Amino acid sequence: MEAQHVDVRNLCVTVRRPDGSDLRIVDEVSFTIARGEVLALIGESGSGKTTIALALMGYARSGAVISGDITVGDATLGGNGKASLAAQRGHRITYVAQSAAAAFNPSRRVIEQVIEPALIHGTATAAEARAHAVALFEALALPDPATIGSRYPHELSGGQLQRLMAAMALITRPDLVIFDEPTTALDVTTQVEVLQAFRKVVREQGATGVYVSHDLAVVAQMADQILVLNRGTVRERNAVRAVLETPADDYTKTLLAAARPVIKAAAPITAVGKPLLSIEGINAGYGPVDRNGRAAHPVLTDVSLQIGRGAAVGVIGESGSGKSTVARVVAGLLAPTAGTVSLDGQPLAASLKGRTREELRRIQIVFQNADVALNPAHSVGEILGRVLRFYHGTSGAALNSRVAELLDLIKLPAAIADRRCDELSGGQKQRVNLARALAAQPDVILCDEVTSALDTVVREAILELLAELRRDLGVAYLFISHDIATVKALCDEIVVLYKGTRVESGLRDTYAAPPFHPYTDLLISSVPELRTDWLSGVGSQGKVPFAHLPESADLCRFLPRCPVAIAGRCDVSLPPLRTMAAGNAVLCHRTEAELAGEFA
Amino acid sequence: MSVAGIIRGARRLPLSGKIGLALVIFWIIVAVIGPFIAPYPPGSFANEEVFAGSSRQFWLGSDFLGRDVLSRLLSGARFTVGLSVVAVAIAASIGTGFALTAAVGPRWVDELLSRAMDTLISIPSKIFALVLVAAFGSSLVLLTLIIAITYVPGNFRIARSLAVGLARLDYVEVARARGEGRLHLALVEVLPNMIKPLFADIGLRFVFIVLLLSGLSFLGLGLQPPDADLGSLVRENTSGLAEGALAIIAPAVAIASLTVGVNLLIDAATQGKAH
Repeated sequence: MEAQHVDVRNLCVTVRRPDGSDLRIVDEVSFTIARGEVLALIGESGSGKTTIALALMGYARSGAVISGDITVGDATLGGNGKASLAAQRGHRITYVAQSAAAAFNPSRRVIEQVIEPALIHGTATAAEARAHAVALFEALALPDPATIGSRYPHELSGGQLQRLMAAMALITRPDLVIFDEPTTALDVTTQVEVLQAFRKVVREQGATGVYVSHDLAVVAQMADQILVLNRGTVRERNAVRAVLETPADDYTKTLLAAARPVIKAAAPITAVGKPLLSIEGINAGYGPVDRNGRAAHPVLTDVSLQIGRGAAVGVIGESGSGKSTVARVVAGLLAPTAGTVSLDGQPLAASLKGRTREELRRIQIVFQNADVALNPAHSVGEILGRVLRFYHGTSGAALNSRVAELLDLIKLPAAIADRRCDELSGGQKQRVNLARALAAQPDVILCDEVTSALDTVVREAILELLAELRRDLGVAYLFISHDIATVKALCDEIVVLYKGTRVESGLRDTYAAPPFHPYTDLLISSVPELRTDWLSGVGSQGKVPFAHLPESADLCRFLPRCPVAIAGRCDVSLPPLRTMAAGNAVLCHRTEAELAGEFA
Repeated sequence: MSVAGIIRGARRLPLSGKIGLALVIFWIIVAVIGPFIAPYPPGSFANEEVFAGSSRQFWLGSDFLGRDVLSRLLSGARFTVGLSVVAVAIAASIGTGFALTAAVGPRWVDELLSRAMDTLISIPSKIFALVLVAAFGSSLVLLTLIIAITYVPGNFRIARSLAVGLARLDYVEVARARGEGRLHLALVEVLPNMIKPLFADIGLRFVFIVLLLSGLSFLGLGLQPPDADLGSLVRENTSGLAEGALAIIAPAVAIASLTVGVNLLIDAATQGKAH
């Protein structure tokens, strides 16, 4: 029997704590990978998955020490010269990083960067490498494979760059490719394309791979074996199907449960009387506004939605859909060029200056990235205290006890008030971020992608917290996310935005079955499912008839991507808003019967 | 911050920081008590021999006129230390103040301040000083102001680019959405996060100011004899360079130890805050 291609025994990675003691971030990890297999390393942040992947290249971040035995092909961790892992880096062992946009040099053409590893390691001449690169581009389903390489990174989309980075990793025909969360930063619809391309080339090339991810559903499509990690130790190792269907370890079960968000216990909405917050016909954008009242870079076109008292309305869409701009307009950070925002039937001023402190207090905004949403110079107590003093004039002992109350509400110990935000974990920071909004005792909280930067397990806990707060405090949410599963778990009403237009809106239950807007269907079908054969089944809807048309403000925005567009209807006029029998409103030329038939 | 807190902070400094702190404290002490412990008046011709070497009577020898170098050093330190500290403090306050105003204020204020600073930076500092001294006559206060104004635009540029970057961050947006005033945004949200790089810049500017001061003295625009700052001590003894006179080495070492000390301390203190 052939020896295993990758053999890792008793791998430990140790760092020194500031007080001088040693901390093992990877503890006695052993595994093997057979040639041509893909092993997934899965776990939440801090589980050591990236550290292990980097150790396979003989690399440790500064200050960390690797010990144990690692063998990849002929190379070993302690090997001399060519036989060391470090010498194989970029040649026999290659790496695909999470953010391709940050990994490419913006001032050089991509082809030069893609073939660079082959030239540095002398595995091919420039002409051979170029030809190989074009073949890889084709295999990765990139558009115009022959010429795409002559573009600069800023001319390409995130999904294209991620695939180009995979081409860069494969150009030297490596023995081992390490994928480090390569699709985490992508939209779901793009993720599907990238995953399909990755899987195709990995199979075709027979490459051995390590796939690092926190997303079980993604891993299920890519890997043969799964290694579940938690705090640097192995919790479970098994074939993908076995891990998904019969998980042996409790931690694996937690991960699996978190990957399928369940609908949170919500207060029954009492949709009586006037809506609490209503947005009517908002147009907004960035840059100078011209004479017709249009911004130089329009983002939102005629967006309307209503939020009842204590309700949760979800806004979903991919990046660039304008969903964050909706929150900024409601908060008053961006003045709309047309339309009004009203609170309790009273129209609010367009910008912050015209709003009273009481109006500001009632609408609070929570940003996605708690790392930059909390001032690193202040302690948690100062951050929360400032809001209490500002809106409620609380001071002295009352202030301290109110801060403790708030921390209790978000399930953090009161002692955390003295800590600075950079000493907290990602989940703790997001809780503090939420507590700052709660300190104002608002009627509506605008949650802008608050769970997107979090691990599945932490995300689950934050969603739970949001649902509880809503039940106990009666606060309403405008919940913005790119993840339809998260939105479905929390919200009773969902609005789908595409390029700044509202293409569909309706109650949560109407998103359970067709008819939907074609874009909604694309979003729903792009969410990876926890089964190994999911990826093979998606994206078989056939051709997009109007892919050649540029996007136009006078036609349906989705036309260039729509698989069910009809010539003579969709490429002539703006689509009408149709109300379906289930109650959802869909902006589409297709009738209810047609939509139901297409996506049944 | 309490005295105990400062001592605790000083203990935690790395070795380079402790060396820097020791040098800075040494120079502050010299600046305060120097003139009182000087063995001779700084202007008296104490030695018949010029550029004399070290002796029991004259520890650091004598200068080009036969004056005691140690006494002149002890009396001159207060001008260099005091004037530079005051000037850098004024320059940084004005520069950073304007920078914060530009970052949180309306666009036209930013535009106005930036162009005004560009104008100021285009005037050569020595000519600027010459004109002002010619108009108002030389005095310590005027000298301090000239030096401070010269270094405002540089500080403004650094501070503005830092502040404009920080003012776009989410935590400032949140404060803005809360309805906070501009003063709060500038002083509470933005300023604390730019202190670190700002101090690194101030350390550099402190060195420049020491140099500018001696340059001005050289032109006769700076301190008027017999007073002399450390820079002018070096300059007035340049003729002793060929013989390697102690009279030129001693003040040069003094300037070096002061500026190196200040920068070591600032580097160590600002790095410590990051962890």
